[in-house]
Amino acid sequence: MTTGATVLSLRGATKRFGGLVAVNDMDFDVAEHEVLGLIGPNGSGKSTTLNLISGALKPTEGTISLRGTPISHLSAADIARRGIARTFQLVRLLPSMTVLENVRAGAVFGHRRRWGAEADAHALRMLALVGLDRRANAHVGELTYIDTKRVELARVLASEPKVLLLDEWLAGLNPTELEEGIALIKRLRDEGRTIILVEHVMDAIRSLCDRCVVMSTGTKIAEGTPEEVLSDPEVIRAYLGDDDA
Amino acid sequence: MSMTKRDWQSITLSAVLLAVAACLPLTGDAYMLSIGITIAMYAVLATSWALFSGPTHYISLATAAFFGLGTYTTAIGIENGLNYWATLPIAAILGAVLAALVGLATLRLSGVYFVIFTLGLAELVRQVVTWGQNVSGQKGLYVLTDITEVHIYWQLLVLGGIVYLTGWAIGRSRLGFALRIIGDDEEVARHSGINTSRAKILLFMVSGATAAVVGSMLAPRYIYIEPALAFTPMLSFLVVIMALLGGTGRLWGPLVGVIPFTLLWEAISASFPNQTTLLLGLSFLVIVYLLPRGFVGLIESGKRKLREREAFA
Repeated sequence: MTTGATVLSLRGATKRFGGLVAVNDMDFDVAEHEVLGLIGPNGSGKSTTLNLISGALKPTEGTISLRGTPISHLSAADIARRGIARTFQLVRLLPSMTVLENVRAGAVFGHRRRWGAEADAHALRMLALVGLDRRANAHVGELTYIDTKRVELARVLASEPKVLLLDEWLAGLNPTELEEGIALIKRLRDEGRTIILVEHVMDAIRSLCDRCVVMSTGTKIAEGTPEEVLSDPEVIRAYLGDDDA
Repeated sequence: MSMTKRDWQSITLSAVLLAVAACLPLTGDAYMLSIGITIAMYAVLATSWALFSGPTHYISLATAAFFGLGTYTTAIGIENGLNYWATLPIAAILGAVLAALVGLATLRLSGVYFVIFTLGLAELVRQVVTWGQNVSGQKGLYVLTDITEVHIYWQLLVLGGIVYLTGWAIGRSRLGFALRIIGDDEEVARHSGINTSRAKILLFMVSGATAAVVGSMLAPRYIYIEPALAFTPMLSFLVVIMALLGGTGRLWGPLVGVIPFTLLWEAISASFPNQTTLLLGLSFLVIVYLLPRGFVGLIESGKRKLREREAFA
């Protein structure tokens, strides 16, 4: 499904924490309707890269642009408004609110802003999309783990983002939930959404991603289709160590 | 957004209660009126404090700074020939400006840093005013007007009405929703597209302006004001305690705390004038331990239990 123009591009994006280079000179593009997997061993800088894109962290060097406009100097709120929305590695919900109110937060303040009955109707549609519309009035404390993830996803979708960032959205799910989770993201993919996915689950990467960028110790070591990168000797070495390569 | 039947009901109820309260001076009892003023003053201060601190959980101890600013604005204004009524809007603007400055400097801080800064700010303003008066050779200022206790009481009720309407309008607005999200998770708020600093500063300005106007309205009551009176840190602590006792989850919460606490406080000040600070500290501990969500929390968990019992019956 790699069609369409470049939506997001990173050029020389670098993040240093003191002497530690967490993300080193990252270059990649994401095209419209594309699902890009950002993979690599633990600590390779995937989440930091996602944080640079979402504005949670500012890059030390380099630029990140959305449809050709640089966004790396903007605040997280401005970036969200321009159409980049994310989920968090550890699910973050609004604990004092109902499921519907959680999703409404995305509908009211996101890329496309709604209010009142329109926001509620839109939030309900997003809940239906993730299969949670019947629990709209439940309190978030009553939900199972996968359902909290669904709420977070619905909140992000409710803002109608141009680019969706999913930070290990499938992590921590049991096998049945994982199947449901993969099916859900596949549905988003079939709707033609542009997604960057940080993921460890190899089945998900194979079945969902059009393309993968592989990171190791902060640097991009490979880029290509899932089949290409997963058979790349350097990628195997990064994951498994020298002996198995 | 349209008004529901419940909205009209609560507005009508509030208007009736306000009208009943306005009849208090008709009793002709000076002591009752004096307590009425104290209750009205703390009700306005605690409610406007909770507008900001309720949803965001930022505990501000700067109420005395805004209150004193208002008191001095009126005193200095009248001394320089301004009409009393002209000093109220000036106090509101100065209060809002001070709140904006404090907000810009500190709202990026969170938790205990914000608390300490606001406490320090109130002390700083007090010391600056004291120093200014020492330089000018005055100890305090006279506020001589023909405004009586009854006028002060009615003014406070009108201001209270305005604060309730404002709070109600904010609660239904995007700004109110944004503040609730900020209070729940500021990181989520930012990543949902909320300009968190702006939302917090706006509400802090509303709160600061209100406290300044309350200070202005109270200035004629004191007749003679000095920094130790106008900027007393005790005021900031009392406002926090009363608001927490009532509960900040609802607009009417602080009021439910203000009335019993003011009466209790009157009794304590009369019977143990030398131990007030100690007893203030004790009441604070008791409230935080026994009623962490205030009377509002108590009422709501009571309601929930009742519903559950009905569901089983």
